[in-house]
Amino acid sequence: MFENLGDRLQGAIQSLRGRGRLSEADVKSALREVRVALLEADVALDVARDFVKRVEAEAVGSETLMSLTPDQRVIRIVRDELQALLGGDSVQPELRSDGNVWLMMGLQGAGKTTTVGKLAYHFKAKGRRPLLVAADTQRPAARDQLEVLADRVGVPILKVEDGEAPATTKARLDAALREDFRDLVLVDTAGRLEIDEALMDELAALDAAVGPTERLLVIDAMTGQQTLPVARTFDARIGVSGLVLSKMDGDARGGAALSATHVTGRPIYYAGTSEKLDGLEAFHPERIAGRILGMGDVLTLIEKAEALEEAAEDGGLSGRPQDFSLADMLHQMRQLKKMGSFGEILGMIPGAKKMMPAGADVDEGELARVEAILSSMTDAERTTPRLLDASRRRRIARGSGTTVQDVNRLIKNYEATKKMMKKAGKTGRLPAGFGG
Amino acid sequence: MSWFDRLRRGLGKTREVLTTDVRDLATGANVDWEELEFSLVAADVGAGIAADVVEEAKRERESGTSVREALEAALLDQLEPDRRRQTLRRVGFDLDVARHRVEPAGKVVMVVGVNGVGKTTTIAKLGRYYQEAGKSVAFAAGDTFRAAGSAQLGVWGERLGIPTHVGPDGGDPGAVAYDAAAARAARGHDLLIIDTAGRLHTQHNLMEELKKVKRVIGKADEGEPKDVWLVLDAVTGQNGLQQARRFHDAVGLTGVIVTKLDGSAKGGVLLPIVRELGVPIKFIGVGESAEDLQPYDAAAFVRALLGGDADAA
Ligand SMILES: Nc1nc2c(ncn2[C@@H]2O[C@H](COP(=O)(O)OP(=O)(O)OP(=O)(O)O)[C@@H](O)[C@H]2O)c(=O)[nH]1
Ligand SMILES: [Mg+2]
Repeated sequence: MFENLGDRLQGAIQSLRGRGRLSEADVKSALREVRVALLEADVALDVARDFVKRVEAEAVGSETLMSLTPDQRVIRIVRDELQALLGGDSVQPELRSDGNVWLMMGLQGAGKTTTVGKLAYHFKAKGRRPLLVAADTQRPAARDQLEVLADRVGVPILKVEDGEAPATTKARLDAALREDFRDLVLVDTAGRLEIDEALMDELAALDAAVGPTERLLVIDAMTGQQTLPVARTFDARIGVSGLVLSKMDGDARGGAALSATHVTGRPIYYAGTSEKLDGLEAFHPERIAGRILGMGDVLTLIEKAEALEEAAEDGGLSGRPQDFSLADMLHQMRQLKKMGSFGEILGMIPGAKKMMPAGADVDEGELARVEAILSSMTDAERTTPRLLDASRRRRIARGSGTTVQDVNRLIKNYEATKKMMKKAGKTGRLPAGFGG
Repeated sequence: MSWFDRLRRGLGKTREVLTTDVRDLATGANVDWEELEFSLVAADVGAGIAADVVEEAKRERESGTSVREALEAALLDQLEPDRRRQTLRRVGFDLDVARHRVEPAGKVVMVVGVNGVGKTTTIAKLGRYYQEAGKSVAFAAGDTFRAAGSAQLGVWGERLGIPTHVGPDGGDPGAVAYDAAAARAARGHDLLIIDTAGRLHTQHNLMEELKKVKRVIGKADEGEPKDVWLVLDAVTGQNGLQQARRFHDAVGLTGVIVTKLDGSAKGGVLLPIVRELGVPIKFIGVGESAEDLQPYDAAAFVRALLGGDADAA
């Protein structure tokens, strides 16, 4: 099994290396691999077929960009096509000054309710006045779940009653809006299968009654080949104006994103990136295309690093390398952790995945241990590591649930890092090195 | 209505790539194996296994079977991690048909999985299933994280008349599991089913938490939980294998339950999971009510996966 689509695509395409002009047969065999790779990444069958056809048409006899070798040319075409498929630039839903009603829909368990909470949180912080409508009367305690989220965000909620007619819901909503000005109504609906005619009818009736300005289809990033019929049916029956891709913090390969935009022709507005209320990000097609290709999500990484650097400036790293202390190490480590798991960060660095031997995994457990050890030290010990004698090391090992050997190893790594930093000191940058 | 009828009803509503392909292609003398292979992929079987299955089916067909029979046999082999059972099936024993009940190995079952796959609902279904089998059942609402996660199971417990151990929201899931396991041992319930919060398999800390919950149960009730069942959404693509691997590494799975097979999803990712991990499939979920649970039957699963006429096989 291949690590990711990027490696696989590049493997396929590299077979073209060393050729001059691309013959049809060359391209065909490479593209068969590309098709398999796309399928392994859960890109829908039809979409993968279309995709390969388009790339083929462009690549055969392609003499554009003569500065590139043939394999680079194909990578380039695949990349551009991927990006085009995902919809070019990042798009956000349009917000009017008043009267915004957003209807959330999707399969069971896709992440609608959580997304409603996140949207409310996001837009409240931007000065909007959201109102939540809990219309999932199906799943036990679904309305309670939304109520808890509404309380946390600090926005009101209107709960639809069991068996309530859509017209009644609309009337209650209007009454609520007359009483209390709200400029963004977020309607959470029950999850449903796209083949469940009765429930799709119900959704259509609710849709007709509340007249949404946005119809958002929430899709789980881990979805396989079903993305296509699901997106197609919701689009045909209700109309999809935009997509939300949930659970993007997992390690799914992103085929669902490709397929959903392809079939609806609508943009992915947001990606869900954690279970917490602030885990919602604007979706950037060009970055995802890069990540799928294994070329690294450099933009995201750079952006995160920049944000952290700013934070670090007022967060107190002692600047000079000779002053690098264990306190700095802990600080650095926590900053890095904010950027995501190490596996994730590696995925964002071009080529990093390839440099790792097959099967090698970043040991997140080791990192957790290091953090535990550093946390068990006193402030004085962290700023002046010289203090760490044998008895202190024993205490720290006990306190952090590790062994004295672990503590010793960490201190040795720290010293090595410090030495390295002194050497690299002239650049004025702290390398993120704590060995291992 | 049997789950198969439900599946079929589902199939009737959508055009199934696979159904058409298998039927249309099987009638002609020239079988387009490549198309069949990609059709299997469309059922989420994965490109690697799809290729293997097709190779195997080609061999099978040399002995004169129809394309469909050949494919069914090849798929069944993939779903049979047990060599001995595979051989028995080959010589004509229908292994699952006579199976009435899926028995848990011990007294405590822990249910795990990523967010939204159907853990809580499946626990309600399992509760009803074992209640009907005459067992006294208890629930533990171990999802203290998601808003109203505990309340959801509480509602089911009330509906089914199954006592549900609920801890404080935001509380320690280990504590809830410990108390519930100790209470089960003390009161002598036949079976305790423990819910856990949904978590992505990539979240290191949450996977560690899950290990701890499992350990803690053993402290309250020696040797338990004897079963850890992974709930998998049939709509999941190739990422399902990754999920299963990580959960298996962390807490040692003894079974898999596939939900939402009442939709048009085929759950083909079960094939790579069974092949790689050898973990047996226990049940399938076919709806949102407490009775929508069926013991898994490999032959029926394969027939449904291939779509089309169930009785032809
Ligand atoms: N159609 C269908 N829906 C199901 C099935 N099993 C569960 N569901 C639905 O899927 C949704 C999620 O189910 P839950 O049981 O809450 O899932 P969970 O895994 O406990 O979710 P979290 O605890 O939030 O991670 C609910 O709307 C269920 O009714 C099934 O077999 N078929
Ligand atoms: Mg749950």
